[in-house]
Amino acid sequence: MPFLHFRQATCRLQSCPNHFPSQLELQMHARTDASSEQAASWPEEIFSILQRFEVCQVPYVPDAGHSQLIQRVLGSSTMRGISLTTEEEGVALIAGAWAGGQRAALLMQSSGVGNCVNMFSLVQLFRLPFFTLVTMRGEWGEFNHWQVPMGSTTQAVFELSGIRVLRANTAAEVSEVVEAGAAQAYNACTPTAVLLSQRLIGAKVFVK
Amino acid sequence: MSKANLLDRRSVVSSLLKDRKGMVAVGGLGASTNDMAAAGDHDRNFYLWGGMGGAVMMGLGLALARPDTPVVVITGDGEMLMGMGSLATVGLQKPGNLSIVVLDNEAYGETGGQVSHTASVADLVGVAKACGISDARAMTTLAEIAAFAASLQDVKAGPRFANVKIDAANLERVLPMQDGTFIVTRIRGSLGLKPI
Repeated sequence: MPFLHFRQATCRLQSCPNHFPSQLELQMHARTDASSEQAASWPEEIFSILQRFEVCQVPYVPDAGHSQLIQRVLGSSTMRGISLTTEEEGVALIAGAWAGGQRAALLMQSSGVGNCVNMFSLVQLFRLPFFTLVTMRGEWGEFNHWQVPMGSTTQAVFELSGIRVLRANTAAEVSEVVEAGAAQAYNACTPTAVLLSQRLIGAKVFVK
Repeated sequence: MSKANLLDRRSVVSSLLKDRKGMVAVGGLGASTNDMAAAGDHDRNFYLWGGMGGAVMMGLGLALARPDTPVVVITGDGEMLMGMGSLATVGLQKPGNLSIVVLDNEAYGETGGQVSHTASVADLVGVAKACGISDARAMTTLAEIAAFAASLQDVKAGPRFANVKIDAANLERVLPMQDGTFIVTRIRGSLGLKPI
């Protein structure tokens, strides 16, 4: 099962089937890779934080930047990974989970944030302890310009929807930022999105 | 397109909720949530006034959080069509305690009665089955509804999906409370959860 989800994550990345990265693009990605080469520990740090905050439901739309975390969640005995068909399902799921007494965290890519806009109404209306981790596209060495419009407006969309935005740009700050975000979301009922920058995730995943 | 055996929506919903015991009921945006209010207010009524397309997912989140509590989502064909992908998500998770009932009048009744996809091409029972919800059925009589209502208490045998063709009469509105935070906090309280 985890393998299946991992493959789905790969599929989503290759949603631009006729595009083959040029040599120049590959070089750009190679440069941005430097920060992520040793970064395998931050998804594990996020997993530990979600565990510590007793998050039980983890809805997601696959993204390569989240693939390691998704695998950990699917293998966890305390968290349930819930594969969605569209990100807005996750917002509604979080509302139901909260009504039933469970914490949830939504994993998605920046393009998915746009899919959620009307459903974000629930975050305010139900005063949800909403927490989401968003892997960014379209902001750092992006090779697919179709990712740029949504990547450029992700933060503004959240803020217009009444959701606070925190950002982690480097592997070293992921733990601190995610911890702060989870604390304000779950303890203070302050809806929060943590953006995991494309620089952090590295472009390596796009070319595989 | 058959117009025979159309049931009265209020009779369907009151039958579903009559002996509900601890069941949580999520009412989709529109007339369905009003039907729930008409059947009588309840601490475990999750009234929706928006978030169109999200009713099934709210039911799923609740059902997964409380596996011993029956959860029923009562919604309309338009709301269900908007969240059709969520049937695949339910099919994957297979919560035994979740049931979905669509009150299908083949129209967007709240906005002037515009014809919906279920009037001609969309077969929601077929969609639910194809999404892995094997207990998916069309119900045409109140006797079937009553038997189905009793089965909702079995929290191991779901997920269930039922489509009920109802008549398109626009009934007098019975409006539930609108305060979302109160509605959720009340459900949480009835489940023994403390306020934040």
